[in-house]
Amino acid sequence: MKKGSAVKSRVWLSSPYIVWIIGFTVIPLGVIFKYALTGREGGFSLEYISAIFDPIHLKAMVFSLEIALGCTLFCILLSYPLVLALKHLNLGKQGFTMFILILPMWMNFILRILAWQMILSNNGILNLLLAKLGMEPLQLANTGAAIMIGVVYDYLPYMVLPIFNAVAEIDEDIIEAAKDLGANGFTVFRKIIFPLSVPGLLSGIVMVFVPSMTSFVISDILGGGKLQLIGNIIEQEFTKSANWNLGSGLSVSLMIFVLISMAFTTKNEVEGKGSAIW
Amino acid sequence: MVERLKNLCSRCYIGLIILFLYAPILVLVMLSFNNSRSRVTWGGFTFDWYQKLFSNGQIMEALVTTLTLAFTSALLATLIGVLGALGIHAMRQKNYQIVMIFTNIPLLNADIVTGIALMLWFVHFIPLGFGSVLLAHITFNIPYVILSVMPKIRQMNVSLYEAARDLGANALYAFFRVILPQLASGILAGFFMAFTMSMDDFVITYFTKGAGVNTLSTMIYGEIRKGIKPEMYALSTIIFVFVFLILLAANYWPQKRKSDGAHVVENL
Repeated sequence: MKKGSAVKSRVWLSSPYIVWIIGFTVIPLGVIFKYALTGREGGFSLEYISAIFDPIHLKAMVFSLEIALGCTLFCILLSYPLVLALKHLNLGKQGFTMFILILPMWMNFILRILAWQMILSNNGILNLLLAKLGMEPLQLANTGAAIMIGVVYDYLPYMVLPIFNAVAEIDEDIIEAAKDLGANGFTVFRKIIFPLSVPGLLSGIVMVFVPSMTSFVISDILGGGKLQLIGNIIEQEFTKSANWNLGSGLSVSLMIFVLISMAFTTKNEVEGKGSAIW
Repeated sequence: MVERLKNLCSRCYIGLIILFLYAPILVLVMLSFNNSRSRVTWGGFTFDWYQKLFSNGQIMEALVTTLTLAFTSALLATLIGVLGALGIHAMRQKNYQIVMIFTNIPLLNADIVTGIALMLWFVHFIPLGFGSVLLAHITFNIPYVILSVMPKIRQMNVSLYEAARDLGANALYAFFRVILPQLASGILAGFFMAFTMSMDDFVITYFTKGAGVNTLSTMIYGEIRKGIKPEMYALSTIIFVFVFLILLAANYWPQKRKSDGAHVVENL
């Protein structure tokens, strides 16, 4: 691209944003690192960063990882059939997909999770329905399964939308050509639709994995306060125990873990994430 | 035959997903008409909660705070974000990449980490309250604006701007008449995205708000143990229906032809 003087002077338009990045992204990260690296005696120490390896914290971390991996996997498994069904019925083009997936987000998410608590509780709506059908009630309340249902419910749209957008861009002629050459539906999916949907899949993974690993409200409500994700432990360090250094140390460990695992998934290519949702 | 079976399966599957997504919403809407304060028993149909809602000062105050916050933060984030995107786009490759990494940090980072980092920083210079929450919301909203606007800037036809300047338009006039119309859809999407994110946020607000200020989300969270006031279900139902109607209108209204800035140059 040619960069004339008009273009060069345009760089100055970003100065408010650069100031904002420094003031509210870079410095806060510096501050949380400072708290995390300050030990009990006030000097520099790695004790709160390494606190993640305490058995209690490690257990919460492993549980968070299980929830996040499970949630990501279930979201992927639910999304592909949905995207294919929408494509098959040609429902995507009228904005129908966006519509049904975005609308629920306008009901407050804590209320929606509370509604799941009512549905899943031992004498809740689901068991009432099961009893009417003559089936055994399920003991889902305050279990990992309930938390899993909650996170899959909350983050499913973030997986469906980017995959849907990637699949919608596939040239119909390629699929027609493959069919003409004798490919069956499964081969078309394996050789064309899936490979071309990978960029969408990757941004879906980024958008689902991190929040499901670090949420604390869903596990608080659906886990009944007994099952703790790492997010619950960090939150309690700030609200109940008031040990800000430990809370910061755990946050920094979590952040490092998340950034490393995301670096494996994608190389900073989350652009279009915003527009993918709209 | 096979085609019809496929259609049926597709419809059933979409139906099941819709049921999964909307079941809790149905429960909440039912609760807003439930003539009983208990969450588990059905006490008959009533409009009471809708009437009581408007005389509930606390909920109304939280609603006003939430809307003010969403609108102000989305507006300021759009302003800073659009100017930022225009500037970043003109940067040298290396600087562009560095700024984009920092733009992605609030998106990639866990909300809880962002919220805590901001809170730890805010306590050094401002009292936690509406102001600190506003700063926090602007911070996490700007990346959404930039990511919505950037693709439009890439597609933007720079020659149109230069043509306008050659034909005697000053920089400001050319910006408003030629650049802005080309970016309008991206800016609008960014604004609504930011508004939605701000309305929906709980975690970052929770850590940066301090005592005394409540948005709807933090108010609901505070009521979990005591039990949610049924007026809250009524308010949520109203918001939901309102947005449903807006989205319905936006999606199925006959579209106006979009201006692309080209005809403006022709008319200069």
